[in-house]
Amino acid sequence: MERDTHFILGVYDDEDVLLHAVTEVRNSGVKIHEVYSPYPVHGLEHALGYRRSRLPIAAFLFGLLGTSLAITMQVYMLGIDWPMIIGGKNYLAYPDFVPVSFELTVLLAAFGMVGVFMVSSNLKPWALPRIFDARSTDDKHIMAIDIANNSALEQEKIKEILKSSGATEVNNKSFE
Amino acid sequence: MAHHGEQHYNLDQRFDFTAATKKSIMTVLVIGAILLGIGIVLAMTGGHHEEAGEAGGHAFHWYERLYANLWINNVFFTGIAIVGVFFFAIQFAAQAGWSAPLLRVMLSFGNWLPIAGILMIATFFLANHDLFHWTHSYLFDKNDPQYDSIIDGKGAFFYWPMEKGTFPIFYIARMVLFFGFWVFFFNKFKKISAQEDQLGGSSHWFKMRSWSAYFLVFFAVSSSISAWDWVMSIDTHWFSTLFGWYVFASWFVSGLSAITLLTIFLKGRGYLEMVNENHVHDLGKFVFGFSIFWTYLWFSQFLLIYYANIPEETVYYIERLSSDVYGGFIFVNIILNFFLPFLVLMTRDSKRHGVFLKVVCSILLVGHWIDFFLMVQPGTLGHNGGIGFMEVGLFLVYGSAVALVVLGGLAKKNLIAKNHPMLDESYHHHI
Repeated sequence: MERDTHFILGVYDDEDVLLHAVTEVRNSGVKIHEVYSPYPVHGLEHALGYRRSRLPIAAFLFGLLGTSLAITMQVYMLGIDWPMIIGGKNYLAYPDFVPVSFELTVLLAAFGMVGVFMVSSNLKPWALPRIFDARSTDDKHIMAIDIANNSALEQEKIKEILKSSGATEVNNKSFE
Repeated sequence: MAHHGEQHYNLDQRFDFTAATKKSIMTVLVIGAILLGIGIVLAMTGGHHEEAGEAGGHAFHWYERLYANLWINNVFFTGIAIVGVFFFAIQFAAQAGWSAPLLRVMLSFGNWLPIAGILMIATFFLANHDLFHWTHSYLFDKNDPQYDSIIDGKGAFFYWPMEKGTFPIFYIARMVLFFGFWVFFFNKFKKISAQEDQLGGSSHWFKMRSWSAYFLVFFAVSSSISAWDWVMSIDTHWFSTLFGWYVFASWFVSGLSAITLLTIFLKGRGYLEMVNENHVHDLGKFVFGFSIFWTYLWFSQFLLIYYANIPEETVYYIERLSSDVYGGFIFVNIILNFFLPFLVLMTRDSKRHGVFLKVVCSILLVGHWIDFFLMVQPGTLGHNGGIGFMEVGLFLVYGSAVALVVLGGLAKKNLIAKNHPMLDESYHHHI
């Protein structure tokens, strides 16, 4: 993808400074690509204005799929394909189906949620992660600004905004 | 986003139990009493045509239904009261910080315990044979035609060390012991909390944690045994090994619903301004989670009995499911106590907004009352039971009496444990 190959990076030392900087930078009209931190910063996703994850919806739908799959399977096996009397019950003894239905619901909800998360976060095994600044795995918070996405502003202006928001360094970063 | 700087909340606030609130609760009590009166008159005059010549020539009397109702409400509201204390103790054992401003709300339910204990013991002596089959002395007399070897085998659990069929001293002793200790722990918690208000420091917190641990151990044993004693012994022949947990789960959901409702009520009145949607969210999660826990136990008990199909076990469900009176309520029970909270409280938003919780928790209180109704009435009244004026009336009378006692107790002390060491943490609670 052409447009997100050139970035300006703001480097921050402190999470409190970072949190205020995120709000400040966003208020001055700069669109933030992403913030990379060594540990989860409480309130960061809120400051970045992220919408709530829709992962629970995927979990619910996969759970529903699991329930229907389990019930269909059991009804087919025990009611149609190979009817069998177990413990003097009907062929279709629904209370017996509950544990299996429950387990498959949980299983598919969990697997589906993990799968959807991996796909939506581009976490495929062969994906090469882009390292903006290796220090974001150590002691620095890195705010990445996509230049193409902020064409309305001069690059120098963006750097100035980052500096005044408390960034200790402002760097350029390009990817092949 | 994280909050910065000092919060200035009014920590000396006290719940003002206004005359208007008292009056509206009294109105509910009077309505309940009127309904109860109508129910009693109907039961006295309404011809129970089928009463003669049933089970061993035992005629049905109207007051048996009153006793059964008293017992349902005794057990149900005792549960709510003790769960308030239990949930309070859990907060200390778990070293929870989020709940610090809600501690007194939870503890206030314990105010009902002394009254619940007196009512329970009084009802037992009043109802005796009419509620508990095992109190008949002929069951233990080998020469009597009605001698029952199964109940005789269980007799020591009620009568030890006295002779079986005389005075159930072991049973009564347990009842007195449990209520005695529960009230003792409740008073202990209240006392330590009051001292903390005056002196501050963290030593009271550590003291409370130790006492909470003692209480939880005692409660783990006493809650199970009280469920066998007060509920399972009604169906004397029948037994279920997870019954104690099942009753506890029902109590816990009811208690959590009551705590949530009281919290939302107080917030609506302008108290507890530090309690925000994050705290309410956590209460909602507890209600949601333990509704599923209750369902898990209900279903575990049902499935094993259904699957094994052993007559002495299935009789419990046959008595209920095949009855014209109770059959439908089994499904009402599951719908109100599982499907409704499960589907409504599944989303994050519904747990954060008081209005959903208000509706669901109110329904859960009724739902779990129905659960106890289904535990008590089939074994005591048989097909003479049901939900009528008497049931609704007595439920309202008990409910409003509990509300009066609990709110009265709450109004006596500061609403917030102002020197609780984790109060500041709870202001920043964010999920």
